[in-house]
Parts: sequence; structure tokens; C-alpha cells
Amino acid sequence: MTAEIGLPEGAPPDGRQLPVACTDLRVSFGTVQAVDGVSFSIAPGEVFGLLGPNGAGKTTTIRVLTTLIRADSGAVSVFGYDTRTAAMLVRHLIGYLPQQLSADFQLTGYENVWLFARLFDLPRQQRDQRIREVLAAMGLDDVRERLVSTYSGGMVRRLELAQALVNRPALLVLDEPTIGLDPLARGDVWERVSELREETGMTVLLTTHYMEEADTLCERIALMHHGRIRSQGTPAELKARLGPGATLDDVFRHDVGTAIEDEEMTGGGRDVRRTRRTAQRLG
Amino acid sequence: MSAVRVAQPSVSADRWSPATLMPPWWRLYPSRILTFWLVELRKIRHDRTELYTRAVQPVLWLLIFGETFSRIRAIPTPPGISYLAYLSPGIMAQSALFIAIFFGIQIIWERDSGILTKLMATPTPRLALISGKAFAAGVRSVSQVVVILVLSAILQIHFNWNPLHLLGVAAAVVLGAAFFSCLSMTIAGIVLHRERLMGVGQAITMPLFFASNALYPVKVMPGWLQGLSAANPMSYEVDALRGMLLGTPTALPLDFGVLAVAVVAGVAAAAALLPRLAR
Repeated sequence: MTAEIGLPEGAPPDGRQLPVACTDLRVSFGTVQAVDGVSFSIAPGEVFGLLGPNGAGKTTTIRVLTTLIRADSGAVSVFGYDTRTAAMLVRHLIGYLPQQLSADFQLTGYENVWLFARLFDLPRQQRDQRIREVLAAMGLDDVRERLVSTYSGGMVRRLELAQALVNRPALLVLDEPTIGLDPLARGDVWERVSELREETGMTVLLTTHYMEEADTLCERIALMHHGRIRSQGTPAELKARLGPGATLDDVFRHDVGTAIEDEEMTGGGRDVRRTRRTAQRLG
Repeated sequence: MSAVRVAQPSVSADRWSPATLMPPWWRLYPSRILTFWLVELRKIRHDRTELYTRAVQPVLWLLIFGETFSRIRAIPTPPGISYLAYLSPGIMAQSALFIAIFFGIQIIWERDSGILTKLMATPTPRLALISGKAFAAGVRSVSQVVVILVLSAILQIHFNWNPLHLLGVAAAVVLGAAFFSCLSMTIAGIVLHRERLMGVGQAITMPLFFASNALYPVKVMPGWLQGLSAANPMSYEVDALRGMLLGTPTALPLDFGVLAVAVVAGVAAAAALLPRLAR
């Protein structure tokens, strides 16, 4: 039954196109260069993690990919479709979970998913069945008629996964899916994502702050800082660079820490120095 | 090479062609508007408090302001029409205006909570999204029409109860609410913050209301105010409502024409500013 939730009949467009191909992406807001020449690609069926500290440019990259904003230069394509010229098709291919808890609390769980089933133009005959399937897969079957305002944080997140899955996306984009959740709910969300992956082979792009989670879940990782990718590879590769016994946390500290040194040499931003002061104070 | 694999390309080519995924625009727009309509109705069904609290204001306007000014007889009304009857279409438009202005605040709230981001990542063109929101405001404001019609019946105001006219009344109020919600969402796209929008919202609702024919005929206004009133879609809305409910002389095609043009312009403006809210 859960197989129904995954890839649509026949992998999109012909299975040969990369789920994501991002080349030399640049986005600026005023004088801030949020994304500064980012290139990466995701292979079919891969779980790809975009990691980095706050303000690294992860969310901006995702917003270009989900057609919410336009890049100044560079290009992103999703299954071969350009996010600028074929935005509506790209949106059909993606299931997207934004950072915030974004279900509508004034509606029931069922209605939240129903709204997205309609916005993705699911045929009427299939709608109800599909909604029930994704709700069941996320373990929300028995609470579907309850208002979301009565849900716990973890339940809301699972409901949002159900919303993101109702159109059978070929690419699932998860922006900080476990932020603000207690450890139990966090584990639950990752469990559902892993299950989904095993059953459907769906391609997943995710961002997270939690390095251990990225380590166990992601097949490949790009570490971003100040709008650039500092390093890229499998978790094992990245850790091996630092020698035996290194964790992904060490890799993070190594890459981001080096960047802070660089910045200070060239008289970098005040917030960077402040971060460093805080780090020193905390020992 | 299994049979399944061989079969794939033809299936996928069909499944992923734009024509299979997207309905044509003339079906897409009504479908999106209907979606947001239904969502609004469900929200109203789950929480009726707003429905009740919103009903208080027009009741106060009619019972206190209306009854008092009826006695003063300060405001000239067309022959054979009491001031209370003259006032009630104006209050109908006014309470719809107050509901619609709230939608800008709602869209900022939806932005802050991530709902808007998610809606914008669905295959819903910006124009369709704004149209959907605008007509959702229309649904909510129709509830005010019902409240005022019931109250008017109790107060024994002589309306034209022809169902066709009542349908026209609903249409005019929906168009008016759609326009004012677009105005509010446009301002939301400019100021981007709830606090600022509340300030601007307060600052514009009163002039929109007072610089219209909702409370008094245009004739009694000074010249410059008459000019403002002529540029205010609210006046055309009230004019249409009075024409249909009270039979006062009106140019209905002009009224509905102005309202329709205002809605189209409002939707376009709000949709153009929507990307600012997506950042």
C-alpha cells in the first residue's frame, strides 16, 4: 500500500535526468550575497544533505529550487526542467516541507492534505483514497478529523510530510524537518522518512543542523558556509579527510571554523566575531 | 530489460507532459478559487466566533447610529426612503470592507508561519493564488449580508426581496470584498510586517468609509470629497446595493463595471507584490 505513496508510474521524465542539477548559483538580497556560486547535483534515489550554520544560504538555495525566488545568475534544473522556464512542472515534481510548522491550525488533518490534493490537481476519483493513504502512512489515520490545533509538534510535522507526499513527488525537499522538535518526535520523523525512502526510492534533499542525523541519513553531503559549498562528499569521505575517529561534527567545525579565520584575516563581519566570542566564552 | 522497464518511457512521457499535469487556465483559475472558497467555508464551520463577533458591529451601527440619525433628520434621503433604510446598504458594504481589510494581515501571518511559502510552491500561479484569497474574503463577507438582511427584516425596512436582486447584492458585496482584500494584500506586500499593516489598515479604512456614499449622499459633501468619493470603489458598491435593495436610481452596469475593473487591477497589483512576501 505504501508503495502507492512514492514515485508516480514511470519515473519522471525518463529516469535519466538528474533529480537536481545546480550550476554556479548566485542570489543576493540587497548587498548581502546569500548564495555565492553554488554547484551540486543529486543522483536518482539519493538522500542529499545540505548542511551549514544559520545564514549559510541553504534555505535560499532551496527557495530557488522550489521556484519561490529567482537566482541572479546560474541555473537549477529538476529532472531536467529549468526552475525558471518550467516552474509549474517543477512544482508538480516536488514535495516541499518548509522550515516552520506550516500546517493550517484552523483546519483538520484531513482538510490540510485535501487542500494540497486540490492544489496539485489530483483527479477527484483519486483524491480521497490518496489522502487516506498518505495520512495512514504517517500514522495519522485516527486523528485525521481532529483540528490541527490539537496536534503535538511531531504530529504536525508528520502531517506536513503527508501534505508534501500527496502529489507523489519525485523529489522530496525537507528544510530543517526536525527543528524545534523534542528528541522523540525527531526520531519519529526521521524514521518515517527512512521508511519512505526504503519503500519508494524517492530522491530526498534535506537541510539540518543535527550532524549525527545527517551522518546516519544522508548518502552525500554538501557543507555550506557564507553562500559557498566548503566541502562535498559522502559522510565517510568527509570524515576520513580529518583522520580516524573524526565525526561529522568535527568536519563541520573544521570547515566552518577555517572560514571564520579567513574572514577575520580580511576584516570580516561583526556577527562572525561575535560568534567567535561566544564560542570562546563557552570554552 | 524487463517488460516493466520497456514500458516505462511511454507511460512517463504521458504522465509528465504539461497537458496531463496542468489543467488549462480557464479550468485552473475557477478550480483554485473554488478550493480557497471551500477552505474558507470549512474554517468558518470549525470556528464560528468570528462570525458572531463580526455581526456585532453592523448591528450597533444600525441600531445606535442609524436610529439616532433617523431622529435628527440631518441627512437628506431620497423621497420615501427612511434614513435607516438608506443607511443599511452602506453598513453592508462597510462591514464587508472591515472583513476584507483583515486579509492582508492574514497573508502576513501565513507568510510568517510558512503556510504561504508552501502554497506558493504548489502549481498555483500567483494570480490564481491571490484570486483565491480575494474571493475567500468574499465568502466571509456574505455572512454580513445575511446578518444585515435579517436585521433589516426585524427593523421592518422595506427592501426589494426579489431573489434575483438579493443575488446581485451578494455579487456586489463579494466583488467589493475581493477588491478591498486585494488592496490590503497589496499593502501587505509593501510593508511586509503585521504591525505596520495594522497601522496602515486603520489609516485607510476610515477614509474609504467616510469618503463614500455609505453614510450620506454625495451631494452633501464638499467638492474635493465628492471627487474622492467618485474614485472610491466603495461608493459604486453602495450605489449598486441601494439600487437593488431600495430601487434608488442607479447605473448598475457602471457600478459593476467599476467593481470588476477594480478587482482585476487589485488582483494584478497584489500578485505582482507577492514574491516580496516569499523571500
